[in-house]
Amino acid sequence: MIEDLFPLLLTRYNYYMAVIIMMIGLYAMIAKSNLVKKIIGLNIFQTAIFLFYISIADVRGGTAPILIEGSNALYVNPVPHVLILTAIVVSVSTTAVALSLVIRIHREYRTVEEEDLMRMEGGSG
Amino acid sequence: MMEHLPVLVVIIPLIGAYTSLVGGWVDRRYAFPIAFINILTQFTAALLLTVRVMQEGVVRYNLGDWLPPWGIEYVVDRLNIYVLLILLFLSLLCCAYSKRSIGMEIEERKHTGFYTIFLLLVAGVTGITVTGDIFNLYVFLEISSLAAYTLVSSGRGGKGLVAGFNYLVMGSVSACFILLGIGHLYMLTGTLNMADLARVLPPLYTSTTLHTAFVFFIVGLSIKTALFPLHLWLPDAYTHAPSTVSALLSTVVSKMGVYATIRILFSVFTVEFVVGYFPVMEFLSWLAAIAIIAGSLLAIAQRDLKRMLAYSSVGQMGYILLGVGMVNQLAMTGGILHMLNHAVMKGCLFMVAGAFIFRTGFRRIDDLKGMGKRMPWTSAALVIGALSMIGIPPTVGFMSKWYLALGAIEAGQWVFLAVILASSLLSAVYFWRLLEYVYFREGEGGVEGGTGDVPLPMLIPMLVLAAACLLFGIFVSIPLSLIDPVAESLLGGV
Amino acid sequence: MREDVVIRTVCRAMIPFIQLFALYVILHGSSSAGGGFQGGVIFASAFILYVIAFGIMEVRRRMHEKVVVALSSLGLYIYAGIGILCILFGAGFLGYSAIPLPVSAAETRGLMMEFVEIGIGLTVMAVMTSIFMDISVKEGGED
Repeated sequence: MIEDLFPLLLTRYNYYMAVIIMMIGLYAMIAKSNLVKKIIGLNIFQTAIFLFYISIADVRGGTAPILIEGSNALYVNPVPHVLILTAIVVSVSTTAVALSLVIRIHREYRTVEEEDLMRMEGGSG
Repeated sequence: MMEHLPVLVVIIPLIGAYTSLVGGWVDRRYAFPIAFINILTQFTAALLLTVRVMQEGVVRYNLGDWLPPWGIEYVVDRLNIYVLLILLFLSLLCCAYSKRSIGMEIEERKHTGFYTIFLLLVAGVTGITVTGDIFNLYVFLEISSLAAYTLVSSGRGGKGLVAGFNYLVMGSVSACFILLGIGHLYMLTGTLNMADLARVLPPLYTSTTLHTAFVFFIVGLSIKTALFPLHLWLPDAYTHAPSTVSALLSTVVSKMGVYATIRILFSVFTVEFVVGYFPVMEFLSWLAAIAIIAGSLLAIAQRDLKRMLAYSSVGQMGYILLGVGMVNQLAMTGGILHMLNHAVMKGCLFMVAGAFIFRTGFRRIDDLKGMGKRMPWTSAALVIGALSMIGIPPTVGFMSKWYLALGAIEAGQWVFLAVILASSLLSAVYFWRLLEYVYFREGEGGVEGGTGDVPLPMLIPMLVLAAACLLFGIFVSIPLSLIDPVAESLLGGV
Repeated sequence: MREDVVIRTVCRAMIPFIQLFALYVILHGSSSAGGGFQGGVIFASAFILYVIAFGIMEVRRRMHEKVVVALSSLGLYIYAGIGILCILFGAGFLGYSAIPLPVSAAETRGLMMEFVEIGIGLTVMAVMTSIFMDISVKEGGED
């Protein structure tokens, strides 16, 4: 049982790393009261998924997927790279929207602490 | 041009979004007509597409002349076109409604941006309905969600901002889960085309990776559709958004989540998988049943009209998923029919709520005393919408509940039958209270804020939807002729 | 804005190269690593550097908000226009090879792809710049 576990952990460490980074992001999103820190947490969460995708695209000994004329080089899979490029664009847009919301929240309430916001909303009905 | 319709329905609003932005910069008044004509054109294109789908069954389109499964393929079958027509019809009405309604709720300098983002949202939801590529679905889901976050927070006041922020965080997490699910599927099969996935997945049905992917999808989509325990972003977002946006969210944005769920459950994974290999449907149906009861109970507790409607939306989403979750022909028909019904009646009711706010500024149910006399047409639309929500026979709400009940009987699920009946009673409780205030309580003297109905651009969409509640209820065979083959083909072999 | 000679001089020297590199990345999108998104972001980063060195007002004076809107729309119109041009020539949306140019089909495809990349690059550049300018102006106006 334990003997099986070690190779499993060692050969598939990219998944565990992705999950660990994801959980760090999730922790920041849940536990931090500051809205900007929540956005940072969201970004960490998304980055973990990007790393996961990039790691599954890897081919051992492969090179960048740009065609080299006349050689039968081994290429890594380019499709996840392209997908992640799109996902990064999505993530940048999400961050931009989130930041602009935080700026407007700050102008409205003069705070970006979730606890203060909840207290104010509760107070004003 | 006929053969290019699947891509044109997506491109038209995309071009329109930027055209209304440029038009709005020239003169602010141009933004609305450009947006409206744009959605009208798109709706016409969708109608033409419907004709083709009726003739050919399934319309396929390869983007950039790349053959599937390598290129992105747009696939339009009867389910797509049914959802697409609902979404565009409601978008059109919401757009018409918005002309007057956003005047008070959104600062004037933001009107141009409002219509740009409105059209981007429409482009996103259209893309979701026509695409046959699972990653493309994710991208369009994010386009429309980002537009939705922005629209929620576009109103005056800070509450919409906080609601929008919470919606954004929840929505992005759910999108991340969907992205992870797609990643697992790609890792396993090396393809992203839905039809191709459905073809290559069956031998892998016992794979743990596939189960992981499936769980990611279910969690992600449940957040997007606001299935009961994951609905927490919904009430604030619906309540504090401008009225047009509330109507748009409850009809268009929620439907796109449901559509994506149905597509992924039945077209990527199949009935065989979700029933046989990973029995999730039972679980989903129970969650949906809890959602129906909890949504109705929470709605009763609300004093704010829009918040009450928002909680009732949580329950209504439960109806659709309950119909899908029971996996039989009748229930599936009921669930899919309820997508239309919920769009029509909730759209109508949110517009009524917006009209009350527009004319009087009142949001609380207690303040709506005597509205029946002051705003007769608006209140009439409210009555029809409310009767439909309760499920009184000639209205459209009755038909879907009827099919759901029949489906529950066929599945032998007496608990679900009881849930459907009980929730009708519960919705009668909260809508009766509303109607009582509107019609049978006298307003207190002062008629501040003016009397009379709202201006025609707001009144007409409302009345069209109210009429649709009755018409689709009486001539229910029209939507059913489209839905029956859909339910059959989704359920495939079962 | 602080008068900082070192930052201003270095920026003045760097910005042309950043922009040139951005153009290089955009135009190599069809045949190699790169493309409109990456190039557009690099191009926008040149503007952001300019804002950091010279202050937002200077950039606003040189690049009005209407210009940003016009550029982002122009990029989208290039993209959609080429797509619809392909439809008019009888191929599918973005089926580049149908456009009759006096070069081989593969070259047509590469050429058109580059035009589309330029469109994407313009939009991304304009949108990134406007995001940055909006966020920084509102902050600056406040404090």
